[in-house]
Amino acid sequence: MSTALRPLIVGAGPAGIRAAQVMVTAGLRPIVVDEAPSAGGQIYRQRLFPDERSPRDLYGSEAGKASALHQAFVQIRDKIDYFPESLVWNIRDNVADIMKDGRHIRQGFSHLILATGATDRVVPFKGWTTPGVFTLGGAQIALKSQGCAIGEEVVFLGSGPLLYLVAWQYMKAGARVAAVLDTAPFLAKLHLARGLPSQPGVVFRGFRYAAELMARGVSVRFGVEPTRIEGQDRVSAVVWRENGRERRLACDAIGYGFALRSETQLADLAGCRFVFDERDRAWRPDRDPAGRTSVSGIYIAGDGAGIAGADAAELAGERAALALVEDAGLTFDHARVADLERRLNAIRRFRGVLEAAFPFPAAWAGSIEDDVQLCRCEEISVGQVRRAAHDQGVRELNRLKALTRVGMGRCQGRMCSSAAAEVLAAASGQPVEAVGRLRAQPPVKPLPLAMASDGEAA
Amino acid sequence: MALLKRLARQNLPPVAFSLNGVSCTGRAGDTVLTAVLTQTDRLRSSDFSGESRAGFCQMGACQDCWILTAEGDRIRACSTPLRPGMRLRTIAEPKS
Amino acid sequence: MSQLIDKDVAIIGGGLVGSSAALALRRMGFSVVLLDKGFCGAQASGVNYGGVRRQGRPPEQIPLSQRAHAIWPRLKEIIGIDGEFVRSGHLKLARTEAEMASLEAYAARVAGMGLDLELVGHNQLRERFPWIAGNIVGASLCAGDGHANPRLVSAAFAHAARRAGVDVFEQTAVRHVEKASEGFRLSADRGIDIKARFVINSAGAWAGAFAEFFGEPVPLKKIYPSMVVTEPMGSFMTVNIGAEGGGIYARQVERGNCIVGGMRGEPNADSDFSRPTSTGAVTIMSRAAALFPALRQTYAIRFWSGTEGEMADRNPVIGFSRTTPNLIHAFGFSGAGFQIAPGVGEVLAELVRDGESRTPIQSFAIDRFARTEKNLHPGNIPEPTTRGTSK
Repeated sequence: MSTALRPLIVGAGPAGIRAAQVMVTAGLRPIVVDEAPSAGGQIYRQRLFPDERSPRDLYGSEAGKASALHQAFVQIRDKIDYFPESLVWNIRDNVADIMKDGRHIRQGFSHLILATGATDRVVPFKGWTTPGVFTLGGAQIALKSQGCAIGEEVVFLGSGPLLYLVAWQYMKAGARVAAVLDTAPFLAKLHLARGLPSQPGVVFRGFRYAAELMARGVSVRFGVEPTRIEGQDRVSAVVWRENGRERRLACDAIGYGFALRSETQLADLAGCRFVFDERDRAWRPDRDPAGRTSVSGIYIAGDGAGIAGADAAELAGERAALALVEDAGLTFDHARVADLERRLNAIRRFRGVLEAAFPFPAAWAGSIEDDVQLCRCEEISVGQVRRAAHDQGVRELNRLKALTRVGMGRCQGRMCSSAAAEVLAAASGQPVEAVGRLRAQPPVKPLPLAMASDGEAA
Repeated sequence: MALLKRLARQNLPPVAFSLNGVSCTGRAGDTVLTAVLTQTDRLRSSDFSGESRAGFCQMGACQDCWILTAEGDRIRACSTPLRPGMRLRTIAEPKS
Repeated sequence: MSQLIDKDVAIIGGGLVGSSAALALRRMGFSVVLLDKGFCGAQASGVNYGGVRRQGRPPEQIPLSQRAHAIWPRLKEIIGIDGEFVRSGHLKLARTEAEMASLEAYAARVAGMGLDLELVGHNQLRERFPWIAGNIVGASLCAGDGHANPRLVSAAFAHAARRAGVDVFEQTAVRHVEKASEGFRLSADRGIDIKARFVINSAGAWAGAFAEFFGEPVPLKKIYPSMVVTEPMGSFMTVNIGAEGGGIYARQVERGNCIVGGMRGEPNADSDFSRPTSTGAVTIMSRAAALFPALRQTYAIRFWSGTEGEMADRNPVIGFSRTTPNLIHAFGFSGAGFQIAPGVGEVLAELVRDGESRTPIQSFAIDRFARTEKNLHPGNIPEPTTRGTSK
């Protein structure tokens, strides 16, 4: 392995793009690997083919940021080695295993920035695997990238700013939004007032979305506890409890989610130390304010490092790349570093406000019915998890996986492990941190058995 | 019965494909998931109970949206662009 | 917090060997404590390929293997679950004439030992197992062999032991063992102290330290098996596949996933944990796609690896210590412990109760390495100072 600088960036979303930009400015030529065919990540996902919609139609208030980000990438495109539609499926000792154009290559690197983003965090409830149920992020991608609503009569359910944003985007695009069911109590929203000094724009936009939805006659309910989704082969209704009463609403699609969960498998494979984040109720790679992990030469940024949103991702990507540049002994802009950290701290404080306003419904873990599917890949029920805890004394998540198969399926625990941790914790009488987290194994996503080998890459 | 409802991109160039032997039309820029779910309401049967599935996350994370081609290849519908002439098959039975 | 436990038998290592011994001893009426530094059955017992096979074992292992063979179909009765045991048959492939000759020689060596091996030629193979591709010269079929789920079986033995009244301590490493007046004194994590008349060292890849402490060092090292698991598929693999000369083994579970192994993994910074090498895993994947056309369009969804203990001569150590009375060793199964472990458990229980076992285990004596090294004449071999081993 030569000592030449060969930085690798995983992910071409807001964090990855800004990181690449900083490195190019510093005279480095990073490799940028991303699964999508074009840059932008999820939030600023680009269309596969141009259509009649404007950036404003696609990205709303964030259209300017989206365009600037896409432009930034175009500017550096020929100064980086860009591998789109490529999957990093393993990291070990300064080598990344990548499936590029369907073939296996091993890419050495001197430094690594993980900007792997996040997926929706979901809690299972009866009927959540029925066709027509998508995550909030999924519902947004259907609209933004594909110009489709997920159904004719869509209900949005869950908690978090994304709930109102996506519902509002659907309404603006001409979809019929049957209801917005917020699991957080109405009064929790008052916490948002604390966010006004630091993030007035975000807070006001949120209120505006809710107000405009209500003005259009969309039913917005608070303190909702979903009971079940009805429908055999397709969603037909949603049933919930509100103020002690059961309510039912006919619909044919549900977009739901509760905040996001970081994609951390590569950080785990790379040997990074993890810490438990009380606020997000999730394990994430340990990092310093710049984004350095516990492994020298490995940095993390963006939602893959801990959920903080797209603005923070851009700042964090830049900050982490500046740390890399500094650590590589090159000159860097100290003033810019201080500015970035100040802005990141402000955003992180605001995240605390959001969590208070949109609390994660951890208490439900104890009351989900036994016959609800918890692991949708392996089709393992909540009851099976509870039985493992009660009958076999299982108290730890990897042991749970070994004995019940939860997390062994194609998604490797992405959709189920946070709920599995909550259910196991409740069933075994422990705080959720005590049950641990699933140990990552390669490949982080399924690989075709027939994948050919191309060997080492310089 | 289609699951997804097109609100935009209706007038983009059509892309011909077949689904379970039936000729269909998608749009340039569709993912396979969009192309299929604007025609029907399921992608596959789940591996063990055989219940219908039609994707979930749309971003290549949940691994729920796998379908087949007539040639027996498996593709993840949400992350695969629709190509002209694709011969797609929804998975009709568990573990097929 | 300190706890003093007084038992007939203390077992260090709650893998399949230790757990099945604990259960067998308890059912004989002994009081037993079973300790594991992690979860019972999470190491070799839980991470091996899952083959339940007699075929391929050296002749000296066959009696022990046959004893275990009688136990596997009765798992439900013994531990409450069948562990997904399937008597699928084990088909060992020969890809060259030399490998076929080797299979034939083996079949001759073990003839009459009850394996009922059937040698199959190329044409028979194509006809009976059309899902195997490639120019396979022939194979040897052991119809009575099969496979099971290692994660479930090992943990279930420990759980059954607990239900039967064995004190089971997980996440409790034994830090120190020493001879004491009526047997042994052990001290373990979490303030647990134990007095026991007998100690069984079934600490797997970690057993060497205990053996060395008692003056019996052994050539034991850690090895790391590596498996690839496919998504679930319609059932097509009708037997558990192995290959003479190694390189690939494959089986399909009832849920439809195919499990394929054949390369080694590598340790992490903490050498108790490991990972398949990426090149090794991709190699297994392409070997599987080449050998099984039905897998060519399938995806691998996960890999696994883990730690096993391997002896220099690839035979385990089983039997009484040569230095210390009432200390029994049972470790070093070299990646082939799964099938025989339940039989070993019964043997260990017999050693405790009777001082000997009805199943021959002389070949697994711990002092065989010293004997070999010194190249001693039979007259120079010291008589065992402890209770004798089996007939």
